[in-house]
Amino acid sequence: MSGVPIGWYIALSAVLFTTGLVGVLVRRSVVVMFMCIELMLNSVNLALITFSRLHGNLDGQVLSFFVIVVAAAEVTVGLALIVNMFRLMGSTDADHADRLRS
Amino acid sequence: MIGLLATAEGGFSGEYVQAAAGTAIDFAWLIPVVPAVSAAVLLLFGRRIGKVSAAIAITAVGFSATLSTAVFLQLAAAPEDARNVVLVVAEWLPIGSFQVDWALLVDPLSGVMLLLVTWVGLLIHIYSLGYMDGDDLYTRFFAYLNLFVASMLVLVLGGSLLVLFVGWELVGLSSYLLIGFWFSERANATAAKKAFIVNRVGDVGFMIAMFLVFSALGSLSFADVLPRVDEIAAGTAVAIGVLLLIGATGKSAQIPLFVWLPDAMAGPTPVSALIHAATMVTAGVYLIARMSPLYAAIHDAALFDVGLLVAWVGALTALLTALIACAQNDLKKILAYSTISQLGYMFVAVGLGLQAAAIFHLLTHGFFKALLFLAAGSVMHALHEETDVWKMGGLRRAMPVTFATSAVGTLAIAGVPFFAGFYSKEKVLVAALETPGAELIWVIGAVVAALTAFYMSRWFFLIFLGDSRVPEGIHPHESPPSMTLPLVVLAVGSVLGGFIGVRPLSYATFWSLEGGFLFDWLAPAVQSFVGEELFFNELLAGLIVIAMSALGIATAYVLYLRPTDIVAVRERLGWLYQAMFRKFYVDELYERTIAEPGELMAEGMAVFDERGIDGVVNGLGTGTRDLAQIGRRAQTGLVRSYALAVLFGTLLISALFLGGTLLGR
Repeated sequence: MSGVPIGWYIALSAVLFTTGLVGVLVRRSVVVMFMCIELMLNSVNLALITFSRLHGNLDGQVLSFFVIVVAAAEVTVGLALIVNMFRLMGSTDADHADRLRS
Repeated sequence: MIGLLATAEGGFSGEYVQAAAGTAIDFAWLIPVVPAVSAAVLLLFGRRIGKVSAAIAITAVGFSATLSTAVFLQLAAAPEDARNVVLVVAEWLPIGSFQVDWALLVDPLSGVMLLLVTWVGLLIHIYSLGYMDGDDLYTRFFAYLNLFVASMLVLVLGGSLLVLFVGWELVGLSSYLLIGFWFSERANATAAKKAFIVNRVGDVGFMIAMFLVFSALGSLSFADVLPRVDEIAAGTAVAIGVLLLIGATGKSAQIPLFVWLPDAMAGPTPVSALIHAATMVTAGVYLIARMSPLYAAIHDAALFDVGLLVAWVGALTALLTALIACAQNDLKKILAYSTISQLGYMFVAVGLGLQAAAIFHLLTHGFFKALLFLAAGSVMHALHEETDVWKMGGLRRAMPVTFATSAVGTLAIAGVPFFAGFYSKEKVLVAALETPGAELIWVIGAVVAALTAFYMSRWFFLIFLGDSRVPEGIHPHESPPSMTLPLVVLAVGSVLGGFIGVRPLSYATFWSLEGGFLFDWLAPAVQSFVGEELFFNELLAGLIVIAMSALGIATAYVLYLRPTDIVAVRERLGWLYQAMFRKFYVDELYERTIAEPGELMAEGMAVFDERGIDGVVNGLGTGTRDLAQIGRRAQTGLVRSYALAVLFGTLLISALFLGGTLLGR
């Protein structure tokens, strides 16, 4: 493989994933958490494609398409949920959505 | 000359024949079935049928009465050794080698009972036309009456102890339904429950007796059991006899289970007349008469004469309740205690082994006590349901028919010669007169005769004679013909009924030991075991009883028709009057010894239930909840903390896998 060595791709994927993970854990806005989840999904896609290239077969690429499709579906459902959550509670703060606790 | 009673001729045959096809007896099963079907129809469709329901009910009972008469006549035409007829209607319980059929026993004993139940039942149905007119539950009343008649006929016709027991329980049920007929008043509902529960005590005795009979002989059918009672071990036989007596004391309201009958007067008066005077309460007497071969065997075995115990129960009940009846003021209660007392007479005769005398008294009592109750109903009808005899008086002018028929009934029960009650009572006392060791029972019987004459005369005088004490604004009137007609018919029966048990000649001369038609008639069906030694001159004994009755009537006359200070008399009697008025505190005694401990026990059980059983169940509940209280702290409700948990979980699992893989290498 010419150009960028494979380790960089994996590193980028790891950085993206960690960023997403930390974002989910530390941010309170549901929208941002949602975006972070998308980030994690796409970092995984990057890793899949990288390994696909490394091994020289298409398994990882096929799988990444599945991830993209599922992510697209997830986006529609997730956004709808967020919109409804905002309508119901007047905020998108994840820490406010704790009604089930009591 | 002393052809002593029925024992001399034949006696219990022990022979049973099958019913011939196509004859009246072959259709005897229709006798109880038709009123039962009528009851079912009235209960299901009564609301739509309306007033016609009474006609249906009366037709059904009329059919039974007619068929009963045909059966009786066919029985009478049969030769004497073919009068115990068994009729198997259908298979009921085939359990291995043990089988119970819907078997009927048509014999001289059930024959006369059939006539009594159906014809008196018919008269009381007709009477109810007028009495219950305008009642909201008119249809239901007739349905229940039909149900009762059907049940009583099953009891009477039952060909085995078990079928008899079915009838026994069914009459208990219909009695319960009819006592509590006006159930919207609490007192009536309570009285119904009391009757049912007290009867249940006796039923337990009956049931255990049945178990013992079955374990001893392997059968419950009368045709199997009665000829083989000698095979039962003496001790077992005594136990069966005593247990059957307990059952009989429940249904026939004897000591110690008589307390329900006075309260049963809460039901409509026709019910009191039919069930609680003429028919159902005689079931105990009928049962013991039916089992007479057993009591005869016990008597012969001389281990313990249960028959004498039966007689003593009857004598003491008769005395106790006759005393109570003397001090009551409710016209139906007086009759109720009188009924118990007369049933005591029947127990005396049946216990001493002269069943025919008991059945004789049962029949005549059925006539005159039904008459007196119906007359009481007629009086209450006229006085807007007033029951206090001190608020009556002088009704003879306003209600001539009720007055005249009541006079006949009173004379009959008081034991005045030429009226039915006189002859049957004398026959009962003959049984005591002939049994060695029963002298005291005879004395009690004679005293009760005086008391009976006294309280019934008091009843009659206070209601119909003397000056009117009827409150202002109530104008007594004679009842409609549907009510007076049965009175007249029963009055005729109360006069002529004596003929069935004495020979025409002794009817005129009052006194003879010899029994009449009924005694010969019952001979093949019952096993008499009365003694044959007189301990006293029979003519003198008879005259003494007549004198006692006259004394009773005269006393009542002086006290209630002459200007006598009745309150002073009561005070003179002191505690005795109080005890009589308070019914010898029997109800209070039962309240203290049985009802209150029972309540205490129930309360204890309730505490155990609440603290013990509920405690365990609730403890499990709260324990789970408390545990969950600890567990729920893990649930913060913060999405991000869940996410963190997922992260750590993932890391943990990854570490495990990676660690495993590394070590595996």
